[in-house]
Amino acid sequence: MERSTVIAGFGGQGILFAGKVLAEAAMLEGREVLWIPSYGPEMRGGTASCTVIIADKTIGSPVVDRADHAVALNPPSMAKYGPIVAKGGLLVVNTTLIEAQAGRDDIEVLEVPCTAVAQRAGDDKLVSVVALGALIGRRRLVEPETVHRALAIVLGDRHADMVEMDAAAFDAGFAASLEPVAAPPRA
Amino acid sequence: MTALDRRADSRDGSVAPARSDAGARRVDRVLMKGNEAIAEAAIAVGCDAYFGYPITPQAELLEWMARRMPEEGRVFVQAESELAAINMALGASAAGARVLVSSSSPGISLMAEAMSYMAGSRLPVVLVNVMRGGPGLGSIGAAQGDYLQATKGHGHGDYHVPVLAPSSIAEAIDLVRDAFILAERYRTPVMILADGILGQAMEPVAPAFRTLERQRPDWALEGAEGRPPRVLKSLHLRPEDLEEQDLALQRVYDEIRRSEQRWAGERLDDPDIVLVAYGSAARVARTAVERLREDGVGAGLFRPITLWPFPSEPLRHVARGARAVLAVEMSAGQLVEDVRLAIEGALPVSLHGRMGGMVPSPDGVVEAARRALSTGGEDGR
Repeated sequence: MERSTVIAGFGGQGILFAGKVLAEAAMLEGREVLWIPSYGPEMRGGTASCTVIIADKTIGSPVVDRADHAVALNPPSMAKYGPIVAKGGLLVVNTTLIEAQAGRDDIEVLEVPCTAVAQRAGDDKLVSVVALGALIGRRRLVEPETVHRALAIVLGDRHADMVEMDAAAFDAGFAASLEPVAAPPRA
Repeated sequence: MTALDRRADSRDGSVAPARSDAGARRVDRVLMKGNEAIAEAAIAVGCDAYFGYPITPQAELLEWMARRMPEEGRVFVQAESELAAINMALGASAAGARVLVSSSSPGISLMAEAMSYMAGSRLPVVLVNVMRGGPGLGSIGAAQGDYLQATKGHGHGDYHVPVLAPSSIAEAIDLVRDAFILAERYRTPVMILADGILGQAMEPVAPAFRTLERQRPDWALEGAEGRPPRVLKSLHLRPEDLEEQDLALQRVYDEIRRSEQRWAGERLDDPDIVLVAYGSAARVARTAVERLREDGVGAGLFRPITLWPFPSEPLRHVARGARAVLAVEMSAGQLVEDVRLAIEGALPVSLHGRMGGMVPSPDGVVEAARRALSTGGEDGR
C-alpha cells in the first residue's frame, strides 16, 4: 500500500514542517517514507508544496501524478492540486482562504477553516499543523499519538516550548475533521 | 574479498537493494536529506578533506560539511570558486588525503579541467554532482542533463571516470563508500551522479554509517626522507612516454569494465518492454512498470548503477526476449545513446525524456511505453 499526500500553500504557512512531521510519524511507525519539498523559486512568495509518500515497501516515483490526498491552504494550491487528487481520494480545503468549490464529485472534499482554527489555537502559522490534524482525522495514515511524538522530534530541543501549542493545533484540526466547524464571520 | 564484492548478488553485476531500503531493519532510523546523507557517509568512511563552493541544489551537502568536518578535526574549505575547490582537492589527494568535492551542474563544468588532470595523474578524488537543469545556469530543478558529460568525459584527453548513480538516499550512502573503494582500488577520480530530487528529498536511513579501512598509499607525496622521491604528473612531453601512460590507463579502464559493472532489475521476468532509467527517473519508471503490469503489459525495469562502465551486456541479455526498449531520462536523449549501443539494433529503442527541471510522470512513462510497443519505437520523443 503506497499513499501520497501533497500539502500546498503560501511560503510561511509551515508546509514543509507539517510534511516533515507526517514523514517522521510514518517512520516512527516503521513505514517507508519519502519527503520531497518544493525548493524552487516558487518558494519565494508564490506557492510552496511538499509531497509525502508513505508505503510498506520500496517507494517508486517521487513525482505524484495521482495524489491520494491533497491539502490546499490557499487558492492557487487548490487550482493546481485539486485536479490531481486520485478518484476516491481526499482533498482538504482551507476555507478561511479558499472560496472556490473543488468541482469534483469523485473525491471526498473536507472543508475546514484551517487558518481560523489555527488563530484560535494561538498562531495562524499553525495552519499546516491544523490541516494535518484534519487529514489524519479522515485518513488514519498514522496514529495521532505518533504525530505528537513526531512533533516533539521535529521541533527539537531548540523549539521544545512550542510542542504543546503545535499538539493542540493538531488536535483542533483532528476534531474539526470529525465535527465540522463553522467559519467565523468575515471581518 | 572487498565489501564491494560482497554487495554483488550475482556474477552478472546485479545488486540487492541498499541496506536501508524496504525490508531492512526498521528501528532506530532517522530521516535525512540526500545531500546530508551523502556528506555524513563520506565522513564515516574517513574523508579527510572537503572542498566546495555553494550552489543549489547541493548546498546542504556543503553546509553539513561546514559544521561536521571541524567537529571531527578534519579539513573543510569553502573555496573562492569551484575552480579553486577542485584544484585544492587535487593537491590534498596528491598528498594522500581522502577527499570529497561536491557541486551542481554549472559548478561541475567549471571543475572539468581538473578532472582530466586528476585522471592523468591517477588521483582518487570523489566528486558529487547533484544535477540541475541546463544548459548554462539553467534552473535549480532536478535534471539529468549531465549524463554525457559525466560518462564521456568532462575535460580533454583519453580518460574515463567511474560514475555511480544512486536512486534512493539509502543507496547514495552505500555508493559514497563504494566510490572511495573504487577510487583507491583503481587510483582514479570517481563521480557520484545524483540529482536535485535526491539531494533535497528525505528518506529514513540507518544512522550507523559504515566505515572504511585505509591503507597507506604507496604513491602519495608525503615527504621523501629516506626514499626516492615520487612524482605525480600528467605531463609527458615525449609522445612515446605519453602513449605508454595512456595505454596503462586504458588497461585500468578495461579492468574496471570487466569487474565493476553494476545494475539492478525489477520485474524482468520475460518482459515485452524493458524500461531503462537511473536515479530519480528510475523511481518514476518503477511506478510506471507497476501500473503497466496492473494493466497486463509485460514491463520491466533495468536500472544501471554504474553509468560508466555501462552494463551493456546485462542489458542486452535481459532485453533479449522483449519487443521494445524505452529509455526514460530527465534529459533530451543522453542515456538512450548508451542503451542503443548496448542493444546494437536488435530491438527498437525509443526515448521518453523531460528537461529543464521537469520530471517525467508515471502516466507519461506508461503512455510512452504503450506507444513504443505499438509503433515499434519509431516515435523518437
